[in-house]
Amino acid sequence: MATKLPKVPVVVVGMGWAGGIVSAELTKAGIPVVGLERGKDRKTSDYLMAHDELRYQHREELMQDLSKETITHRNNEKMRALPMRDYGTFIVGDGVGGAGSHWNGQTYRFLPYDFEIKSMTDEKYGPGKLGADYPIQDWGLTYDEMEPYYDTFEKMAGISGETVESYGKRSNPYPTGPMLKTPIMKMFEEATKNLGYTPYVLPSANLSEAYENPDGISRGACQYCAFCENFGCEYGAKADPAVTVIPVAKDTGQLDLRTHSNVTEILNDGTKATGVLYIDMITGEEFEQPAEVVVVTSYVFNNVRLLLNSGLGKPYDSKSNTGVIGKNYAYQVSSASSMMFFEDQEFNLYGGAGALGIEIPEYVGDNFDHSDLKFIHGAGIRVTQYGNRPIANNVVPKGTPAWGAEFKSQSIKYSNSFFPVKSQGASMPYRYNYLDLDPTYKDAYGKPLLRMTFDYTEHDRELVKYISQKTHEIAEEIGADIIDTNDTQNDFNVNKDTNTHNTGGVIMGTDPETSAVNTYLQMWDADNVFVVGASAFPHNSSFNPTGTLGALSYRASEGIQRYLDEGGSLV
Amino acid sequence: MAEDAKSPAKKGSTRREFLRNSGLTVGGVVLGGALGSLLGGKEQVATHDVAPAPQLTVNPAEALQFFTPDQYRLTQAAAERIYPKDDHGPGAMELNAAIYIDHQLASPWGINSKEYMAAPFFEAEETQGSQIRILRKDLFLLGLKALDAYSQKQYDNPFIDLEPEQQDQVLTDFSDGKVPDISGVKSPLFFSLLRTLTIEGVYADPLYGGNKNMEGWAMRKYPGSRMAYVKEIQQDEFVELPPQGLNSHMGH
Repeated sequence: MATKLPKVPVVVVGMGWAGGIVSAELTKAGIPVVGLERGKDRKTSDYLMAHDELRYQHREELMQDLSKETITHRNNEKMRALPMRDYGTFIVGDGVGGAGSHWNGQTYRFLPYDFEIKSMTDEKYGPGKLGADYPIQDWGLTYDEMEPYYDTFEKMAGISGETVESYGKRSNPYPTGPMLKTPIMKMFEEATKNLGYTPYVLPSANLSEAYENPDGISRGACQYCAFCENFGCEYGAKADPAVTVIPVAKDTGQLDLRTHSNVTEILNDGTKATGVLYIDMITGEEFEQPAEVVVVTSYVFNNVRLLLNSGLGKPYDSKSNTGVIGKNYAYQVSSASSMMFFEDQEFNLYGGAGALGIEIPEYVGDNFDHSDLKFIHGAGIRVTQYGNRPIANNVVPKGTPAWGAEFKSQSIKYSNSFFPVKSQGASMPYRYNYLDLDPTYKDAYGKPLLRMTFDYTEHDRELVKYISQKTHEIAEEIGADIIDTNDTQNDFNVNKDTNTHNTGGVIMGTDPETSAVNTYLQMWDADNVFVVGASAFPHNSSFNPTGTLGALSYRASEGIQRYLDEGGSLV
Repeated sequence: MAEDAKSPAKKGSTRREFLRNSGLTVGGVVLGGALGSLLGGKEQVATHDVAPAPQLTVNPAEALQFFTPDQYRLTQAAAERIYPKDDHGPGAMELNAAIYIDHQLASPWGINSKEYMAAPFFEAEETQGSQIRILRKDLFLLGLKALDAYSQKQYDNPFIDLEPEQQDQVLTDFSDGKVPDISGVKSPLFFSLLRTLTIEGVYADPLYGGNKNMEGWAMRKYPGSRMAYVKEIQQDEFVELPPQGLNSHMGH
């Protein structure tokens, strides 16, 4: 029997970027917040042993414990979904900071085009460009409305970057200058300029210089130590909720942060939530935390699962094409790339940072003509330098065996002499790609796991084919000795594809028939529940999602404060 | 290139080097978190500098937690074919990859402690990842048995007594799935476990028992886990640094 706790104004479920921002904004405004986080607490000094590739990257130290909870996957409705038993693909964060602790820090804004993708596509190419099975829709607010929230997020995190003229208009330059340019970045820069493109250094949360943010949080500059992706930053240089927003919330004295607290259900009567049920994962005790407002800020998967397991919102049904919870799950495509090998050149690739790289804007959004193409949107084409850790980076030319004498010799020969021109492409929603509850498999607490039905669409595959040619042209211009171009997007493989940019499932919009939350991320069906995160994206852009997730978290914080004052639907 | 980077790492000077390299005073901003504690008090620095760790003359990690001696020798032989000794330097055997594998299989990872292990187990499509009930530690031992059984069948000898070319052929057959299933598990799955563990064993931090003397790293000119590469990443010329292990971060 659950112990019932005293009622609080706001309970926040999950303490990553979304939960951290909402908690900081509300507590600064004097509103007490209970923050529930299933993982452990974290601080910068915990990472002094973080330069451990095996422990953090290959044993997933910062990630969700799959023995307690995972997802099931099938490529299509004809298959039986099976659990993702081990990591391989997306890595789901755990603990204070969430995915914001292990991320690389690439911090983009989405394009004006992203927010009005349906109207702009219809206007330019006529209705039905993609066909009825691709439910693209406008987000319900424009880039101009999003701009102030992006600005706030970037100032909080201290984003380092340079203005790109062909992207959305900025009210301010990036708070810190761009990251350093390494020799391989300069090679890309020169080659793409020769081809008439306008390369820019990736916007980065790794901090190019020391920075103090408006909340008074000071952080040192990135040391390019090569341990970002999968790792926490021992310098605090990488923006991380555990470094930036959560300490701010703690300092107000208004945040009651409870770690090892796993929320299993949002208690509700169908139209309003009354609180949440959670389990203390160490003692096994169950608690009921009543609240005026429930803010769901866990990862995409758990946001969707928690709503479905709580009977909140109408579940999506692909057959009748009705309902909203679980709809428009989207991913990204990263297969278009050209790997380059150099015979007589070695680069200092052991150093780097998670958001160190350079990219061209010419093939994103609608920056090029799609009249004769079978896809919309596009991909960022880029060169990055994360730092090549040795277990993960044994890249050899095509045709080389995967083990044995030749493998060893080639992998060592090229260990400092390869880098790809790679890409990250947008993924459009598809009627038969969605999230629902698995009929068979349960988590450690007896609740159904989330089932993912997903495969890359024709749209995605066409995009990869087209973008791969562009990566090849740039690689040729760079002039490598060997170029291996991949132009095929294989079927989605739950143990192979590596990208943790999952989006959708609780999407925002202006119509309760086709969206789950309004533009304040307030649920249409329960006005005291806000569901914040990349789960709100109606489609996935080519850019990394955190900048947009952060901006939406600031907007949601504003909405929650308004709701506490006024009540009712905010739109 | 700064002189300190070219000379071998000096005992007791790690911390000082780190402070110098990492540009802690950038912008005059006082840094919180880990760096605050790193900067510490003066006494702390002095204590660290005058009290170097006692030097061990043997590696206590070179002992078995899991394998029998026979299983260990077989693992050594198989790992050596995955990553053989050559002109570049030592192979998996000399690098203690089998010691690493022994320790990993004895760890919580060997009993799949962070994997979803609930039933039912169905045969998976290729896109769905492995769906096997057998724990890694058991699969590895079953795989070793199968290696010997298959070697015996093909060449009338246990794996360890085969010529390197024959051993390669046996491993190729495992990798290609030409070997009968191992207690219901396809042979490439065992092979993949062996390959992954071998690569980890030659390149993981030496604290895990493999990558002996960081020679795996040295072969590929990987400097290990240093604290900063601000200078190096900007240089056109390749900068070779002697490797450092995680133990160099202790005491910070």
